[in-house]
Amino acid sequence: MSAPLLSIQALTKAYPGVVANDSVSFDIEQGQVHALLGENGAGKSTVVKMIYGLVKPDSGSMTWQGAPFAPTDPNAARSAGVGMVFQHFSLFDALNVAENVALGMENPPPMRDLAARIKEVSENYGLPLDPARTVGDLSAGERQRVEIIRCLLQDPKLLIMDEPTSVLTPQEVQILFKTLRQLKAEGTSILYISHKLEEIRSLCDHASILRLGKNVGECIPAQTSARNMAELMVGDTLQTPTRTANLDGEVLLNVRNLSAKSASAFGTSLKDISFSVKSGEILGLGGVAGNGQDELLAALSGELRTSPDTVQIKGNPVGHLGPKNRRGIGTLAAPEERLGHAAAPNMSLIENALLTGEVRQNLSKKGFVNWKGAQDFAQDIIKAFDVRTPGPDRAARALSGGNLQKFVIGREVLQEPDVLVVNQPTWGVDAAAAAAIRQSLLDLAAKGTALVVISQDLDELMEISDRFGALNEGRLSEIRPAAGLTIEEIGLMMGGVSAQEAAE
Amino acid sequence: MDLSAINPVLLVASLMVAATPLLLAAIGELVVEKAGVLNLGVEGMMIIGAICGFAIAVETTSPALGILAAMLGGAVLSLLFAFLTQVALANQVASGLALTLFGLGLSALLGQSYVGIKPPAMAKLNIPVLSDLPIVGPILFSHDPVLYIGLAIIAATWAVLKFTRAGLILRAVGENHEAAHALGYNVVRVRILAILFGGACAGLGGAYISLIRVPQWTEGMTAGVGWIALALVVFASWKPWRVLLGAYLFGGLTVLQLNLQAAGIPIPVEYLAMSPYLITILVLVIMSADKSGAPASLGRIFHASQ
Amino acid sequence: MIRLEKRAEPSQLWSLLTPVVAVITTMIAGGLLFAALGKNPFVAIRTIFYDPLFGEFAFYYRPQLLVKGGPLILIAIGLSLGFRAGIWNIGAEGQYIIGALCGAGAGLALYPMESVLIFPLMILCGLLGGMLWAMIPAILKLKFGTNEILVSLMLVYVAEQLLASMSLGLLKNPEGFGFPGSRNLQDYPSAHNAELIAGTGMHWGVLTAFIAVIFAYVLLKKHMLGFNIRLTGEAPRAARFGGVNPNRLILFCMGASGALAGLAGLFEVAGPAGQVSIDFNVGYGFTAIIVAFLGRLHPVGILLAGLLMALTYIGGDIAQSSLSLPSAAIQVFQGMLLFFLLAFDVLTNFRIRLAVKGAA
Repeated sequence: MSAPLLSIQALTKAYPGVVANDSVSFDIEQGQVHALLGENGAGKSTVVKMIYGLVKPDSGSMTWQGAPFAPTDPNAARSAGVGMVFQHFSLFDALNVAENVALGMENPPPMRDLAARIKEVSENYGLPLDPARTVGDLSAGERQRVEIIRCLLQDPKLLIMDEPTSVLTPQEVQILFKTLRQLKAEGTSILYISHKLEEIRSLCDHASILRLGKNVGECIPAQTSARNMAELMVGDTLQTPTRTANLDGEVLLNVRNLSAKSASAFGTSLKDISFSVKSGEILGLGGVAGNGQDELLAALSGELRTSPDTVQIKGNPVGHLGPKNRRGIGTLAAPEERLGHAAAPNMSLIENALLTGEVRQNLSKKGFVNWKGAQDFAQDIIKAFDVRTPGPDRAARALSGGNLQKFVIGREVLQEPDVLVVNQPTWGVDAAAAAAIRQSLLDLAAKGTALVVISQDLDELMEISDRFGALNEGRLSEIRPAAGLTIEEIGLMMGGVSAQEAAE
Repeated sequence: MDLSAINPVLLVASLMVAATPLLLAAIGELVVEKAGVLNLGVEGMMIIGAICGFAIAVETTSPALGILAAMLGGAVLSLLFAFLTQVALANQVASGLALTLFGLGLSALLGQSYVGIKPPAMAKLNIPVLSDLPIVGPILFSHDPVLYIGLAIIAATWAVLKFTRAGLILRAVGENHEAAHALGYNVVRVRILAILFGGACAGLGGAYISLIRVPQWTEGMTAGVGWIALALVVFASWKPWRVLLGAYLFGGLTVLQLNLQAAGIPIPVEYLAMSPYLITILVLVIMSADKSGAPASLGRIFHASQ
Repeated sequence: MIRLEKRAEPSQLWSLLTPVVAVITTMIAGGLLFAALGKNPFVAIRTIFYDPLFGEFAFYYRPQLLVKGGPLILIAIGLSLGFRAGIWNIGAEGQYIIGALCGAGAGLALYPMESVLIFPLMILCGLLGGMLWAMIPAILKLKFGTNEILVSLMLVYVAEQLLASMSLGLLKNPEGFGFPGSRNLQDYPSAHNAELIAGTGMHWGVLTAFIAVIFAYVLLKKHMLGFNIRLTGEAPRAARFGGVNPNRLILFCMGASGALAGLAGLFEVAGPAGQVSIDFNVGYGFTAIIVAFLGRLHPVGILLAGLLMALTYIGGDIAQSSLSLPSAAIQVFQGMLLFFLLAFDVLTNFRIRLAVKGAA
């Protein structure tokens, strides 16, 4: 057998306070689809960044077709034949598709030739794209195509895909897999990074599993059960939330014909959204990123104001009220972006507790801040949600993503809201913390809170939702009971196709 | 009041002269902002350019050397800004203000012994036949070379931004610096080069005032042109040709205002003199609704942390 | 190779140390500058920083510290509120002028009437004048999204022209033999902002500045409004999520900074300056920007920074007369101070690591 395409030997990389990779080794063979499996924070992205020349390893080495390989920058990696599709796209919204592609190439041909090539290659691989369109106007799936085409135009020997399906509908995932299988058949190796077991089982030839920066196992996915892989990945047994739904409560949140323009230039406007949530109920809202999730949360939290009647809490029109007033009547929210939106990075946890706790926790009197009260509130959150931090006077940015997420969710949960809206409650959080967060949401529902959980993690939504809907280009699909939904049905809802249309 | 004293041909010709410093400074700042950097130090770089150009031109009796020195002076000062914002990651607004305050002080210090001196004159372009044409000749073909250089810079900037790879990279860096970094482009290097270009252009614009338009040295003689140039970039929606349009519109208003003063219109001098600033505000009010041309990373600090 | 590494949290120590290091570095660089100008750097630094406080004529200069520091502190306190929230009013010089014009105008209109109400009326007019002038960029920003930096700055030039027009026209002293400039308010008891305690330099403006320091301190430390200001500067999206109304904050910060700048102008024109004249403004509005940053946008820091900056003004004047050091040199000196401050500020949020290239 010839030398592997890429061999990684004992790569180690440490950041202040955390060892991202500890002696990671594996080989990728020619024409192999190699999975790199691990939880959020297991160190997958760091390995990839080292292969792509964005990060230099502290120790360890790599060989490429038998020769030493130490790319100093992405250009070097690209010229060796490494192509990379990023998880958070490295695209430029204001530029068009062809310009975006050209930026990812070493020696791009003149624009007109490039446009023709993009058309040709994208059609060959079943990923049609118009080179003249502005990237900011594309859907998430189309944006990913731009990244893939950008790589394919350079005939890569190794294509790295970092969590490629997290932004796709199930139907789009099938199209992507077809493309990847075609590439494999042509001899291209693929390094496929994911934490989704079923995907890996259906696509990959070989898997390396990372946990806490260490290589904890290898397997052939087709011959290994999802359960076994999950155990390798997570390391301990998971506590699955228990659900006791109570569906005859009164309607607490009622949204009627909500339309609102997005505050940002490339955002998605909300179009005629209507739904209601009862006391004790969890409404799960799925959908691919960028289909109006942020805007819906803003409209419900009060950051985005609308006409009074479009949002009603316990029958009272509140669409015109700002966040503080809505908190006063029991409506709380936790946005997706932790740093900078849900919390101020440079401010202490005490100050961040005050950020949303002022009204319901009585943390101010005649405008003067009750710092003692804020500190106590912060302490309560830290204790109740097991937030790992030396103390409440620490800056929010000093916390790890998972711990800050627990703080942000805990801050709202502890205020015992009547209505709670959360967006991506467990994004980037390790499995144990995610389970704890989900359980706290379920407990809240059991106490009678009406919850709206917006998430891109379908497994999560299926686990905790009573009813399910999906956002697509700012519209909401019909809302259906979560129990018994098939993956096809969910996919169609996410794709904006109604049940009737699908039947026809 | 005698409006007939205003000669339209001379008005247009002097409009072009009045517009040139503004045009130069604004096109430089446009490139800087396209790279995602907001440099509020244009006024400081212009005044440094004005004194450097003036001093060297007087000392060497060569206006051309003066012009070069002005560009160099502006670029060196902008390098300070580049160091603060790109290396020390300082706030761009504060750093730009620092640059202006420092530039105004330093220029006053450097310029002490040059007050009241006349600089060597820059020869006007004199193209046989063309320059002698009636109306068109004096308007288009009898200016100093720097004015034409300014027009060439506009055209070149437009072409580079639109058609070349360097321009594409510059726009990419200004649009999304994280993505540009992820693709392997050196964000800091691109930005430093853009800042230097902006500094050289502002310096050139400053020297145009002290060597050609006025020509003499007085403290604080740029009188807000650098700030108006910043407004002009907004007016132009970050498009080079609209910088030209805006600069000429503005130059026209300035010259008209001066001509009205000379013609003895019954409006107090002070109110005419404040008109350029009021018009700038008006322009900002009209143009600020459309921010679609603004680079998305404008003013944001970039640090490649991992 | 020098590498910057982001600290997990901003360093408290460096946050306090930065201004000190910046001042020392500026003294060294300033010394080099003075040496380049052919002056003995040690004598020059001594003349600027030591003589006004402890030299032979210190009894004369010490009160000047308050006279010059007062307006700087007053303006800088106002600016710092906005700067903290990311609202950049850099047109304080214009608001200072308009405050002075409105306040002095009110006083001069009543000349020669004498009443204890005249001075309070002038204070009110100065405050409102500065505030309204600052409201122009604020309202344009809210209504049309214009950049407050450019508009507030343009209004400085407009204010300067208004000042010229007023001192040559409307407010010109009718008994001034045709010379430009208004009546001298120092000769008009009801309108004169006199020293409160003779020989200290302490006048109403200085007192107001101290009160402003205390107010700002309480506001930022104890009050929700202060919290909202800091929050908006740190994380604007989080502030909106928290329920801060950004428009109201813009109006407050611009209005407050304009009002304080207007007050500073009124106290200056009615006191130390005495009359409205073409060049009555000496750039306090711009120097206050340096003061605000040097004081780390913190009220107590601004108090100290204002006094230090006043010292450089006074020392600069002494050096100008005794060493014939050009006045522009002091301006350069102040500019350098801001540069060094911004450069060293990186240490608050970043650690400098010396990395040997290729060792990885």
